[in-house]
Amino acid sequence: MSFFLNQVVIGIQLGSQYVMVALGLTLIFGILDISHFAHGHLYMLGAYLLYILTALAKVNYWLALPLCMIALALGGVIVERLVYRPLRDQPHINTFIAAIGLFLFLETLVRAVKPRAVSVSKPIDKTLSFAGFTIEVQRLIVIAGAVALVVLLHLFIKRTRMGTAIEAVAQDREGAALVGINVNRISMLTFAIATALAAAAAVLMAPLAFISPEMGSVLILKAFVIVVLGGLGSMQGAIVGGYLLGILEALAIAYVSSAYKDVFAFAVLILILAIRPTGLFKGRD
Amino acid sequence: MEKLEKYGKRAFFALLLALAIALPWIGLKLYQLRVLTLALAWAIAAVSLNLILGYTGQASLAHGAFLGIGAYTFGIFTERVGLNFWPSLLIAGLVTAFLGLLVGLPSLRTKGPYFAIVTLCFNVIVFKVFENWTWLSGGIQGQKVPCPSFLTQRWARYYFVLGALLLVLVVVRFIVKSLLGITFMSIRSNENLAEATGINSFRYKLLSFTVSCFIVGLAGALLAVENQHLDFTVTNYAYSFNLLVYVLIGGAATLSGPVLGAVGLYYFLDYVEKSLGEYRFVLFGFILIVAIIYFPRGMVGGLSRLWDWAKGRHASYRAREVTP
Repeated sequence: MSFFLNQVVIGIQLGSQYVMVALGLTLIFGILDISHFAHGHLYMLGAYLLYILTALAKVNYWLALPLCMIALALGGVIVERLVYRPLRDQPHINTFIAAIGLFLFLETLVRAVKPRAVSVSKPIDKTLSFAGFTIEVQRLIVIAGAVALVVLLHLFIKRTRMGTAIEAVAQDREGAALVGINVNRISMLTFAIATALAAAAAVLMAPLAFISPEMGSVLILKAFVIVVLGGLGSMQGAIVGGYLLGILEALAIAYVSSAYKDVFAFAVLILILAIRPTGLFKGRD
Repeated sequence: MEKLEKYGKRAFFALLLALAIALPWIGLKLYQLRVLTLALAWAIAAVSLNLILGYTGQASLAHGAFLGIGAYTFGIFTERVGLNFWPSLLIAGLVTAFLGLLVGLPSLRTKGPYFAIVTLCFNVIVFKVFENWTWLSGGIQGQKVPCPSFLTQRWARYYFVLGALLLVLVVVRFIVKSLLGITFMSIRSNENLAEATGINSFRYKLLSFTVSCFIVGLAGALLAVENQHLDFTVTNYAYSFNLLVYVLIGGAATLSGPVLGAVGLYYFLDYVEKSLGEYRFVLFGFILIVAIIYFPRGMVGGLSRLWDWAKGRHASYRAREVTP
């Protein structure tokens, strides 16, 4: 039983990173109608930036966290400005193809510069054990960090003027522009927030796994699975879906097979879409 | 003027074809011939993707998987089952088409980027299965593919793949110019409108996808013959992206675009391998972004725009752009 509970905790930790990445993705989708396929690769850039800061420049891990978030937020703004804004009035599929271009560009660039996988040491390298549980402190940090960031994001969107403006643009772009909201600024802000979230996920997760140029591609697919199943543009859907997928995956690794761990999420997506082509929850279409 | 344009175009393609036929005899190195043969096989795959992406408007990101499935089906039936070349080639196409039908049934119910994501998920599954199921893929050793006696010469394989490409182009041209092709294009332009005129869009999308998978399965078999060896990386989803780039850079929804894109880019990437190393792949993504923003109709679209401009029709072209 404690083995099972242990796996569930690991699943919540896996789910935490999915929630952080999927939230950014669903925000961008809900507000800008962009299938931002390169989101996982900005996450990957965040992890490499952390490696450069901590392993090469010897910056403290806890200082590197906000630095990575700020740098990647800027990166997100640049991406929005250079790649997506010129395509705003184009068909959906064109933006998606541009996103694939960005995805290929970032992955091959990082692979050409740094072909080896690297790792980052844990800030608190301890393992807690009590009542049959054993868990690394870093996993608890991931879980707590995700909860803190999700609560902050919720407060920002519900309690501040700017957050309300984001919600207004998500509900009705023209209407928001009519009442004087600067839609371009909201687009940039959304990209900044979403990418900073992904960077935070990368920084928190990096000590637990290897950093490689490919780490973004499977992650972004899973995030898309979560966003499609949780309802397009729905933040609650992303949160519930992210934790569920994490737990399912941890249990599948423990009880079924670890070689096929990435297959489960995608098979579930195909199965569910076969029955309900618009996803489990009806989101914004 | 119209006639001149038509004949000019025909003369241009006849010249290209003559060049392609003459190539092995005008001092091409054996290695370059091999690169060109592979490029032509990729061109067949790109033409097949163009049918579903360019003409029917559904961006499949599973064609890398279907290419690998075709290649493996061919390899397994020739080497392990011991069938002859021609029946194996047919089976490779049919098995790929059947799997395409099975995948299309759930995935074609989704639209736009979601279809792309679902098909990409399928490609990842196929890749993982081939990576881990060593009985099927032959593991790290891979799968040997025998070469039939009439294709042991390099130039013979070159002409064979060139002939296959021409045949596929003729078939796709026939489809595209027929009522069926117009139906596909009506779904691409406006699916709801197509439905309103009584077209069962799902059924036609499925047909286009299945035919496209049949052709990409053949392309995979031809790649296997040229390489005479296969491993699980042939199902990699990176190839789905490469095919997408070939089609879009060349010019989607044109007959010559995917061929020009595939042959041109494949040959170019091989050419710059020494000077650019790993950085050559970075160009892929960069070119794709620039192309989709500035030349959404690809190389062929860019060329016809240049042609229009040269004829002094630039003004009317702009007008057409503003009022679709």
